[in-house]
Amino acid sequence: MAVNYIPRRFNIVRDKERCIECGCCVRQCSNECHYFEAGGTTVLADSTNCVACHRCVDLCPTSALRIEKHVCDYRENANWTPQYQQEICRQAASGGTLLSGMGNPKPYPIYWDKILLNASQVTNPSIDPLREPMEIRTILGRKPEKLTVERKGKAITKMPPQVVVETPILFSAMSFGSISLNAQKSLAMAAQNLGTLFNTGEGGLHPDLEPYTDRAIVQVASGRFGVHKDYLNSARIVEIKIGQGAKPGIGGHLPGEKVNVEVSNARMIPEGSDAISPAPHHDIYSIEDLRQLIWSIKQATGNQKPVSVKIAAVHNVAAIVSGCARAGADIIAIDGFRGGTGAAPTRIRDNVGIPIELALAAADSRLREEGIRSQISLIAAGSFRCSADIVKAIALGADACYCASAPLIAMGCHMCQTCNTGKCNWGIATQRPELTKRLNPDIMHERVENLITAWNHEIKEIMGGMGINSVDSLRGNRLMLRGIGLSDRELAILGIKHAGE
Amino acid sequence: MKRVYAKEELCLNCRLCEVYCKTAHSASKDVLKANKYETPAPVSRVTVYGDKLRSAAVNCRHCENPKCVQACITGAMTKDPATGIVAVDEHKCIGCMTCLAVCPYGCITTGRFAIKCDLCRGETEPACVKNCPNRALVYTDLGGAQE
Repeated sequence: MAVNYIPRRFNIVRDKERCIECGCCVRQCSNECHYFEAGGTTVLADSTNCVACHRCVDLCPTSALRIEKHVCDYRENANWTPQYQQEICRQAASGGTLLSGMGNPKPYPIYWDKILLNASQVTNPSIDPLREPMEIRTILGRKPEKLTVERKGKAITKMPPQVVVETPILFSAMSFGSISLNAQKSLAMAAQNLGTLFNTGEGGLHPDLEPYTDRAIVQVASGRFGVHKDYLNSARIVEIKIGQGAKPGIGGHLPGEKVNVEVSNARMIPEGSDAISPAPHHDIYSIEDLRQLIWSIKQATGNQKPVSVKIAAVHNVAAIVSGCARAGADIIAIDGFRGGTGAAPTRIRDNVGIPIELALAAADSRLREEGIRSQISLIAAGSFRCSADIVKAIALGADACYCASAPLIAMGCHMCQTCNTGKCNWGIATQRPELTKRLNPDIMHERVENLITAWNHEIKEIMGGMGINSVDSLRGNRLMLRGIGLSDRELAILGIKHAGE
Repeated sequence: MKRVYAKEELCLNCRLCEVYCKTAHSASKDVLKANKYETPAPVSRVTVYGDKLRSAAVNCRHCENPKCVQACITGAMTKDPATGIVAVDEHKCIGCMTCLAVCPYGCITTGRFAIKCDLCRGETEPACVKNCPNRALVYTDLGGAQE
């Protein structure tokens, strides 16, 4: 319809001098942008549906392709930007909620970029991680309030279950359904080889992942998909998912067309039916209710598994975290508003929640004030782009960090933010068999391992520079952080000094 | 001997193996020149059959007892006893295409002379295997003799 004009986002630019008409782009684009001219051998492109996933660009053997931003100028208006006008057009045509994938792309402040790290000079020596041991092993789980030791030095305090990870970087929850089995398998293999953990998300456990359950965190979410006794007992950690950073207060909806036989078996729901996770857990309306669920899970697992509670970073996060700790959670994961998702209403993704930096600092401070910080493990989530972000998070008080977007980028993701369409050209956020086979776990687990190994090296290097040889000495060590260009209020919440102080 | 094996479950149907096979068997060895500007145009020794859902790259199996070698009337087609590679001597081949008629895998292509995979003789890994973006082609010795 003429009034519904929405200009395309991108142009596919083909260098005709370089195009060899091999048709690789035609066969790779799931959005069907490239095509052979009818009956001919000339490759053409229609850019209308291009999402800039770069699959064609990456695979073109002669580098004949380039994606550029399509510019169709609107009358300048700082308020009614083209994006809002286009979204209004889209909703005027469809009457529906706008959906998006991945994390919040809006230019909110990124506090990681406004925090600087310390290094040793003269008065205390820095450490060379290549010559001296550097400890980044992390132990997750509830710690006893005090340790009683008998005369010979043997501890008589009964330790609650602990989980040892060789790096403070864990893979965050991504369910089978939202991502392909091959993507999950790649993460599981990487977790096993790295000695860290992957998270099944709320989609149950596919039988192919059973060899890796020793490195699995399994989720119990509001839809209770795929939850049974063996599922809980097979994992290292059981996580109750209350909220997700990308869409706090919102449930999940895996459309029926993505629920194929495999997904239906893993989730224990009929094939082709919509998998709807309610917004709340219908049995949790208070901290006391949460305590009951934690207790039930501990009963079901014979008190052998730490129970984690994952919440989205929202306004009153410190009090909520404190409540979760008192409800018996051994580990609390806080997911900031830049965390990714397979699909979320755009308005929720872009406007609800708070940054992980502030939420983490507030929660850590509150738990310390209440004297219970050392009892529980805190996991921060919600967009860690590099090892420095991880170091800053640990110094703000995190025991470990959940990373998902970065490993996905290592597996091919180009942040085109259209996970919700199920047409992922990289075989990640899709269940279409012709697309999922594009992700070879044998290649991708190596790439993810390389990424985390590289980050581990960098974390050790940064810690060494600070004169710290153990991640335990970095945790909550906010003296290692300085703010730059932050207001007094922001500095107070982050609990850090300004640069120069 | 080491052979190229195709993994159908990983094949993307991108057909880059064909592009790089042509390049490896061109005069220029340059992917752009070989596939666009060179004459005579090089011919791919590997062919991807199938569609987007199921596809596989098919090339010469380098059989133990190759029918093409038995059928060759000029002695141009030989199996190297040392490497096991079945290859055509372009100077001896007269283009009668008897080999093409007897090949059970359809792996010989017509031209001025018979064109077939030579496992990129001398290379540690054939071009198709080296350039497969999804490791759908593997170059390995699985032991078993073929025909």
